[in-house]
Amino acid sequence: MQNKPRLFAVILKATLLFVLFNFAFIFTDNLPLGKLSLYNNIFPGRERFPFGETRESYNLSLFDLDAMFASHVLAGTTKTSNEYRVFLIGDSSVWGTLLTPEQTLAGQLNVNPISACGKTVRAYNLGYPTISLTKDLMILDQAKEYQPDMIIWLTTLEAFPEDKPFESPLVANNAERIRDLIFKYELNASVKDPALNYLSQQDQTFVSQRRAVADLIRLQIYGALWASTGIDQIYPENYERAQTDLEASDDFHGLTNLSDALAIDVLDAGMHAVPVPTILVNEPMLISNGLNSDVRYNFFYPRWAYDAYRQQIAELAAAQDWHYLDLWNLVPADEFTNSAIHLTPDGETLLANKLAEAIRSTCK
Amino acid sequence: MGLIQIGASILTALLVGALTRGTWRTYALLALSVLAVYWFQPVVPLRSFDFWLPSLSLALVVLVWFITSQISAWKSRINFIGLSIIIGLITLVDLTRYIFPQPFLTGTTPPQFIQFIVFVLIVSLAIFAFTYLSRNNVWLLSLATIFLLSILFILKSPTLSLQASIFFRSLANRPIENASALDLRWLGFSYIAFRLIHVLRDKQLGRLPELTLPEFATYVVFFPSLSAGPIDRAERFAGDLKKDFSLTQDETLLAGQRIIIGLFKKFVIADALALIALNDALAVQVHTTGWMWIHLYAYAFQIYFDFSGYTDIAIGIARLVGIKLPENFAAPYTKSNLTQFWSSWHITLTQWIRAYFFNPFNRWIRGYKSIPSWTMILIGQLATMLLIGLWHGITFNFILWGAWHGLGLFLQNRWSDLAKTRFNINNPRLQTAMQLGGVLLTFHFVALGWVFFALSEPSLSWQVLSVLSGVSR
Repeated sequence: MQNKPRLFAVILKATLLFVLFNFAFIFTDNLPLGKLSLYNNIFPGRERFPFGETRESYNLSLFDLDAMFASHVLAGTTKTSNEYRVFLIGDSSVWGTLLTPEQTLAGQLNVNPISACGKTVRAYNLGYPTISLTKDLMILDQAKEYQPDMIIWLTTLEAFPEDKPFESPLVANNAERIRDLIFKYELNASVKDPALNYLSQQDQTFVSQRRAVADLIRLQIYGALWASTGIDQIYPENYERAQTDLEASDDFHGLTNLSDALAIDVLDAGMHAVPVPTILVNEPMLISNGLNSDVRYNFFYPRWAYDAYRQQIAELAAAQDWHYLDLWNLVPADEFTNSAIHLTPDGETLLANKLAEAIRSTCK
Repeated sequence: MGLIQIGASILTALLVGALTRGTWRTYALLALSVLAVYWFQPVVPLRSFDFWLPSLSLALVVLVWFITSQISAWKSRINFIGLSIIIGLITLVDLTRYIFPQPFLTGTTPPQFIQFIVFVLIVSLAIFAFTYLSRNNVWLLSLATIFLLSILFILKSPTLSLQASIFFRSLANRPIENASALDLRWLGFSYIAFRLIHVLRDKQLGRLPELTLPEFATYVVFFPSLSAGPIDRAERFAGDLKKDFSLTQDETLLAGQRIIIGLFKKFVIADALALIALNDALAVQVHTTGWMWIHLYAYAFQIYFDFSGYTDIAIGIARLVGIKLPENFAAPYTKSNLTQFWSSWHITLTQWIRAYFFNPFNRWIRGYKSIPSWTMILIGQLATMLLIGLWHGITFNFILWGAWHGLGLFLQNRWSDLAKTRFNINNPRLQTAMQLGGVLLTFHFVALGWVFFALSEPSLSWQVLSVLSGVSR
């Protein structure tokens, strides 16, 4: 006759098993779980990194860089001998807020393929919607294993101030990677910066990591929605346009001048991170003609700071012999959407044409 | 019910099951259920309605008990205690307004005490009047049934709900522009109404045994089954309450197993499937046949795991206090015909409709000898399924869903009759193949029916059906 289970024994065993599993999960820390992905296998890879805060966007933000890359179409695309692989690095303007994947910079460069070095250019959107040089460097460092032929790094002054180098949640929650980058590229930052969120062993248990695990699973489930709809963000019919009437303040991060206040070391590291041609682009921004536009260019920048930044970067690029494009005023004010750096599809076309020229001229 | 409410329900049920016996168990369950009516009620944008709606639920319970019980039943000790528990706890919930700085048990601050006193007086007068009238008037039971159905009709009809919201907002001098049909989210009223109507109807038919107020009220608002059923029968439920129960290890294990299965079904499988299940947005965003089928399958399994998961949780929690709630699902997607499906999907609702509508309706229609029998079957099936559809909501899509199943049941009935006389399949392999074919056909028929159920507008349903059939992309 089968013995009846005893309540106490069941509870004890269940508790023990759970505790064991919970602590055994610590040892998965070194396993690249994020690389296990349904994308590029069952579902097509995403055209841009996962990013989103609402369920309706069929997308989510997570901190697992492996999972972000594994879900990207880049991870599932074998490089052919005819492919000239261009990575676009940058913030939300590169990622394409309010733009469909086809309307983004990468999308427009791929719609009418151009040639470089006798090959067909295929652009990959590796932008991520936070403005941070450190975040860009982290993505760049990871991206180099995917055989790029060229890097185009679009950035703007807001990414430079050294006061909060680890403010981006993606950076703060990848402390180990950032520590490695600090050592590898000898950056002027402290590995003990309190903004970096190092995980203790306690933080690596299953209970502590349940949110990350759930995000990883949700990312895979959203793959079905990405595959069936091609939607990866919300496209509202109406949105608030970028501010053109500005405050009379000329404050920029509390600085009085920009010398020694910009993270040039991170920029320098990024420019040398991958041994392929790298084009640095000062991305287009909204030049306002509304209230107080004599003091500020837009919501982000007072004129004095932005002018000083442009001059400093131009001098630096010339001194370092970098391929630098200053496209700050390329796009007219009415081609910006909900931010001083977010472009309309037509604005993106203007930028894409400029970059196409640059790609072609780099390797004819 | 969210995870916190489920956790609290499990803990309190464990305590009640382990620590109470006999009548004390009934009192404890009554008290917990009364409090749960308030706690589970979602916040609604109308001021203090998250207090008034549960209070009305309890007032209706007491009212129906008074008019279905003997005139002086309330004077008995057990009923008096039951009444005191209900009134005492409602008062206490209202007084939390003055005790706690933040709302406690209710989503928003309960109304002022003077308003509550007026409410109690009105309800008391109504109970007195109805009880007095009910002495010699059986029609009062019908009137109460019609009253309950009218509330249900208003709540289930988006247009009437909106009008009701506008009315209440006007009364409170609040802007009516923000009024919505969702303003009157009355937790569990569909189930409460059906339980009360069952009692009223059984009383009319002389089938209702005498129930004490604690038994009756606990039956109607029993906290594990308040929000998602099942719809038990009063006499069966009261029978469980009367049984001598003590929580054993075996019982706890069985209950725990059921709860864990339910939690897994609801919070792991159903909630994951919900992310990709067919909805209004996907209906217009998906243009490929294969993916649309996947979203439809996801919906079919999501609704099953969600609902049956909740049922498992309710059955498990109820077991902890000695109540064996009826099953609501019996592997419905493995049934080989639509009649079997409806005998295994939302079983207690189907049985309720069968007992109080389908059977009486069939008896009535059979009185018309001139109507051909197939017409009677068609009308009976259609009317029943339309009623089940309308129970979910008075919208075109629920009507279409009901009609879809009504016609399906009729066709299956005709086919079964035909097959019985024409085909005699003795080959076991062929029988198995027919069985499997039946399961697949039934599942897909049901799944296509969900296209009406899941979406809000017929136009969206046509759009989805055309993509599913490959007609449009």
